[in-house]
Amino acid sequence: MSIFQFISDFFRDSAHWHGQYGIPHRVLEHLQYSFMALGIAAGIALPAGLITGHTGRGGNALALIATAARALPSYGLLVLMFFWLGIGLTPVMIPLVALAVPPILVTSYEAMRTVDPAPVDAARGMGMGPVAVLFQVELPVALPLILSGLRSAAIQVVSTTAIAAIVSLGGLGRFIIDGLSQRDYEIVVGGATLIVGLALAMIALFWLIGRLAVSPGVRGGR
Amino acid sequence: MSGPGFFDIPSDLQNSYFGLVGLHIEEALIPVAIGLAVALPLGQLCVRFSWLYPPVLWITTVLYAIPSLAFFIFLIDYTGATRTTVVIPLTVYSLVLLVPAIVDGVRSVPQETMSAATAMGFGPVQRYLKVQLPIAVPAIIAGLRVAVASSISLVSVGALIGNQGALGNLLQDAILYHRSELALNSVVTTAALAVLLDIALVLLRMALTPWMPRGDRAARRAARTAAVEPAARPTLEDTAA
Repeated sequence: MSIFQFISDFFRDSAHWHGQYGIPHRVLEHLQYSFMALGIAAGIALPAGLITGHTGRGGNALALIATAARALPSYGLLVLMFFWLGIGLTPVMIPLVALAVPPILVTSYEAMRTVDPAPVDAARGMGMGPVAVLFQVELPVALPLILSGLRSAAIQVVSTTAIAAIVSLGGLGRFIIDGLSQRDYEIVVGGATLIVGLALAMIALFWLIGRLAVSPGVRGGR
Repeated sequence: MSGPGFFDIPSDLQNSYFGLVGLHIEEALIPVAIGLAVALPLGQLCVRFSWLYPPVLWITTVLYAIPSLAFFIFLIDYTGATRTTVVIPLTVYSLVLLVPAIVDGVRSVPQETMSAATAMGFGPVQRYLKVQLPIAVPAIIAGLRVAVASSISLVSVGALIGNQGALGNLLQDAILYHRSELALNSVVTTAALAVLLDIALVLLRMALTPWMPRGDRAARRAARTAAVEPAARPTLEDTAA
């Protein structure tokens, strides 16, 4: 049986569409975990990256933190936190946040560093105060790169949230882990397909956010 | 401490501690090496024919969005629960990270430098090997650093598809035998491997680019850009296009 046969069987089975173990509920759980982790990571990394980028100080420390966080294996960290903290949301959030912080931190820093100084000077010359310069000039110009960091983090978090199922939480990983232990390949492939779909949806989501939030003047090219 | 110790690896893994370390390095670096071997010519093609770059970027961005676990699972149908199943996705991820790094690096070579090389009688091949590639080294190493770190981390996930995760297999056994020290061992060793390989790459960059003053602003700047996710770059390109 081909892999596409498995996928279509999985989605055609109406039993997979209802109740607490159904696809809609699992997708919702998956998105809940993902956005929670992404929110926490953004809450930590965005201000840190933007402030250090704005002042231009602490860039090396930041690169060091990002490199160290990237060295942590998500799956291993999850199992370790499961041993230390037991079953719950926290042991899942820790590896996911550690995964999302480096791309957000580094791109937001780099985005602020690489803002063209000419419009900033022009804004100052027009009498804008430091706060206005930050929010009306620097941030809008830096936004595309900041968003690409968030997108990179979102894709990685949505993909990795599957591991929540290893420590008995929900989400789309449930299909994969349960399917693997029951040797039911159809469910495994179905779950994997759904995760790919969600990851691709993140690309679409951030493309849309970029369209709506990035000023046409910035988008128009350099 | 009673019971088995930190480095007592359960016999079902059929490997010693250092055996697992070796296996892990192998499973992580083979994909990066293959990725680099493919990315170099592909990157060069993208520089030569610039219309090729946007579609290549799109394809690589989409491929990068495929979760490793899902990728492994799709491949089981074709390659079984073998090491190949782990190596193929990691190769794809490395490729995705390296192509933009190489293109950015090669494109950063100033036109004057290229003209000077041509004036000195360099042919296209010589110019590529002796001018473009060396100048692109910091960018390529930057891409390699991210690729190696992610590869080292992702090998562990191979444990979920049947003991193909090297040090990640320790995590399975940690749960199976209720031995948390095995999980700690796996995380610490994996992280240490990632950090050591990262340092090795930084040293390699220093050795390959002796003209870059050490501790200087330029070198520090290169170290910082090393931390920028190459995968996060595409939107910049397509918003600019």
